Amino acid sequence: MAKGKSVGADGVSIVLCGQAGMGIQTVEGILTGMLKLAGYNVFATKEYMSRVRGGNNSTEIRVSSRPVSAYVDRIDILVPLNKGAISHLRDRISADTVVIGEAELLGDEVSGAKFKFVETPFTKIANDLGNKIYSNVVATGTLAGLLGMKLDDICEYVKRSFSTKAADVVSNNVKAAQAGFRLAENVAVRAGIKINMSPDAGVKDQIIPSGGDSIGLGAMAGGCNFVASYPMTPSTSVLSFMAKHGRDSGIIVEQAEDEIAAINMAIGAWYSGARAMVTTSGGGFALMVEGVSLAGMLESPIVIHLGQRPAPATGLPTRTEQADIELALYAGHGEFPRIIFTPGTLEQAFYLTACAFNLADKFQMPVFILSDQYLVDSYYNTAAFDVSKVKVEKYVVKTAAGYKRYEMTPTGISPRGIPGFGDGLVCVDSDEHDAEGHITEDLGLRTRMVDKRLRKLESAKAEIVEPQLYPNCKYKNLVVCWGSTYPVVKEAIELLGKSDTSLLHYSQIYPLHPQTADYLSKAKRVVIVEGNATAQFAKLIKLHAGFDIKDRILKYSGLQFSVEEVTVALKKILK
Amino acid sequence: MDTNVFDMGDIDVAWCPGCGDYGILNVLKKVLAELDIAPEKLVMVSGIGQAAKIPHYLRTNFFNGLHGRALPPATAIKAANPSMTVIAESGDGDMYGEGGNHFIHTIRRNPGITNIVHNNMVYGLTKGQASPTSPLGFKTPVQVAGVMLEPFNPLAVAIALDAGFVARAFIGDAEKTKEILKKAITHKGYALVDIFQPCVTFNKINTWQWFKEHTYYLEDSYNPLDRSAAFKRALETDKLPLGIFYINPNKSAFEDNVGIYQQDNRPLFEREPDLNRLRMLIGKFRAAG
Ligand SMILES: Cc1ncc(C[n+]2csc(CCOP(=O)(O)OP(=O)(O)O)c2C)c(N)n1
Ligand code: SF4
Ligand SMILES: [Mg+2]
Repeated sequence: MAKGKSVGADGVSIVLCGQAGMGIQTVEGILTGMLKLAGYNVFATKEYMSRVRGGNNSTEIRVSSRPVSAYVDRIDILVPLNKGAISHLRDRISADTVVIGEAELLGDEVSGAKFKFVETPFTKIANDLGNKIYSNVVATGTLAGLLGMKLDDICEYVKRSFSTKAADVVSNNVKAAQAGFRLAENVAVRAGIKINMSPDAGVKDQIIPSGGDSIGLGAMAGGCNFVASYPMTPSTSVLSFMAKHGRDSGIIVEQAEDEIAAINMAIGAWYSGARAMVTTSGGGFALMVEGVSLAGMLESPIVIHLGQRPAPATGLPTRTEQADIELALYAGHGEFPRIIFTPGTLEQAFYLTACAFNLADKFQMPVFILSDQYLVDSYYNTAAFDVSKVKVEKYVVKTAAGYKRYEMTPTGISPRGIPGFGDGLVCVDSDEHDAEGHITEDLGLRTRMVDKRLRKLESAKAEIVEPQLYPNCKYKNLVVCWGSTYPVVKEAIELLGKSDTSLLHYSQIYPLHPQTADYLSKAKRVVIVEGNATAQFAKLIKLHAGFDIKDRILKYSGLQFSVEEVTVALKKILK
Repeated sequence: MDTNVFDMGDIDVAWCPGCGDYGILNVLKKVLAELDIAPEKLVMVSGIGQAAKIPHYLRTNFFNGLHGRALPPATAIKAANPSMTVIAESGDGDMYGEGGNHFIHTIRRNPGITNIVHNNMVYGLTKGQASPTSPLGFKTPVQVAGVMLEPFNPLAVAIALDAGFVARAFIGDAEKTKEILKKAITHKGYALVDIFQPCVTFNKINTWQWFKEHTYYLEDSYNPLDRSAAFKRALETDKLPLGIFYINPNKSAFEDNVGIYQQDNRPLFEREPDLNRLRMLIGKFRAAG
């Protein structure tokens, strides 16, 4: 390959941008698939508009010799597919960005540009093959060639990707990829770049699920067998995942008439012996709130996947945000305990979701998986989830005659029976109730019942997931974050290169880990990074750990933080 | 089975003396006893209201959930364990007002549950406001100028949605109500029984006497398999017909449609996840997309 400026020490960032319906996903799917198979580390994340056609959507694909899992602003190679794409990404394009595309399509956006533009006749090649539609695969071939993939591997993979299609479609796509591949050398020469990457032997055996897939797989590993939900971006991917694999795995998956029905179904399912989950987003969860309170009163287990997106109201349906901590924390009238997980990696998404079912069953309370659009829609290669590390723990008891559902116990946890299993009767009531589950207005008993329910939180506190400290416990500066920002802040800390700065990531924010104050007060300076406007986790920490975090890096535009953005912000604060 | 297996003994019942709810409770106990449904194999699901307190007065399993929300949990309870008999029972406000959306979609979903609605044409528990079935002109502390909204017609709605079993009863006739309920509970799939139930405290219009005078039974020759005829009869308002309006015996129930009981009829709680299948599924993610 041509000589030129070496790119790719920490990987290459490729961005595809076009209108919805233009086939960005085809390129993304084939490219990431073949790269992963060839042993490269791959990460992909998308930002898209809430429309089915048109607009400007982009996907970032990072390819690297070492693991990558965070969004960067930097674009090494841009493939704009329509007019407007370049302006859409204006702020992220630099003099080093190589833009490959067709001037005819992109118009004046490429003339006199500050980036390196290389004309690549994707459409002409496609038309020569008989249909414009092949242009996406031509582009895929070019990108794969640029990244150093072998032509045979590319053709093989393209063949596989279109294997369900007619023979001529398959052969035309292979030809398209070959033609695209032949353009690569010229692009490298003209742009003056040379990409140096080597495959990583470990990658082949890894898996490359999205956050949504990971949550779905985790639910299955946790023994989930009932899902009721109502579609709402970005939580829908978990619903479709469960629907796709549900029947074969003995899981009932139902699209309810609304979110109110969904959560009431899920609670009914737990009562009847199922392990149930709902998956929703802010507005849908708002409708579920009464059901959360019902679970509190019935002492019903319930697993709630809440995929955050910008709000209030309908907000930005397809974008990301971390502004529903307080919603999850305070949802439901009255006082009752709950657990809130905030996974930041695919691995955490899998294991914590599985764990959520056990904890919900054990403590008989709502357990939240608080994710967001960024986590749900992004994917990268990660070690295959190990099912043997997860145990489905069931806490249902066989009842005897005279069984009392709400028997008083020191831990507050009453053995949970279900109807039809044993000789007892299982009576649950949304009214305040006695030990048997019957309505009561005995106000002394009321007080004891509130105490009983709240006591369960003390038991749950014994099993709080520890926050992760990176790289070590010798720090002067501590950067705190939670949920999906983990890989971004982690890479920012690496980029910052300050040996006195560590990261503390919370994958469970409630109940808050009891050592939080210790972690924080050890640092000279504490900075929090949150994807919201009011530093909700900082407030939670203040309330529960008594520690006031003054330095805050907040973002609520609808996009995830980029690695560079966090790095710059940290530099400013930690000068 | 003896009806007294369902007796709660000496308990404090929150219903007013003379209320139609007592009759429904007594009839229901008889129906369950005659059908040999053991308390342990039954789940009563209700919402909130005077009618919705009925599970507390009957010795069995129950899920007394939220106002308007009896049908979703009832559906799930049946789906998670189809061997149970599930009855969802509440008032007209609960089922047709707050729970109206669930009423519509539960019919479409067709779970094997019996939906009993105490239709007293008023909100009893909250002291006398209009319900969706209150008659036009009905004055209440809130509807001070009288009800102006067209009364909800649950039977017509259910028939329009092709509910599998649609009936109306009047608790003034315990014997006939019992027969209707027995058929409803043995029907496979969703069954609606709307029961006229006089509220002696807050509804001075639709009294025992009023219901007696304004109802009659569908004639013996009536064919409940004829949906158009059923719809027509459901629209009658001068005098309100009682009996089984409509039966569609050809519908499969939700729990049979969910696709997990064909090979294996064990309820969900007896099952373990198939970890090998899950391992294979995880393995499939070695390839992207
Ligand atoms: C969400 C909610 N809104 C309002 C109420 C108050 N409420 C309880 S029962 C009821 C109406 C009861 O009427 P109906 O269902 O007809 O039962 P009835 O008492 O007449 O038997 C209302 C409005 C409530 N419990 N929950
Ligand atoms: S208020 Fe009406 S419906 Fe309620 S118990 Fe009294 S009479 Fe019956
Ligand atoms: Mg009523």
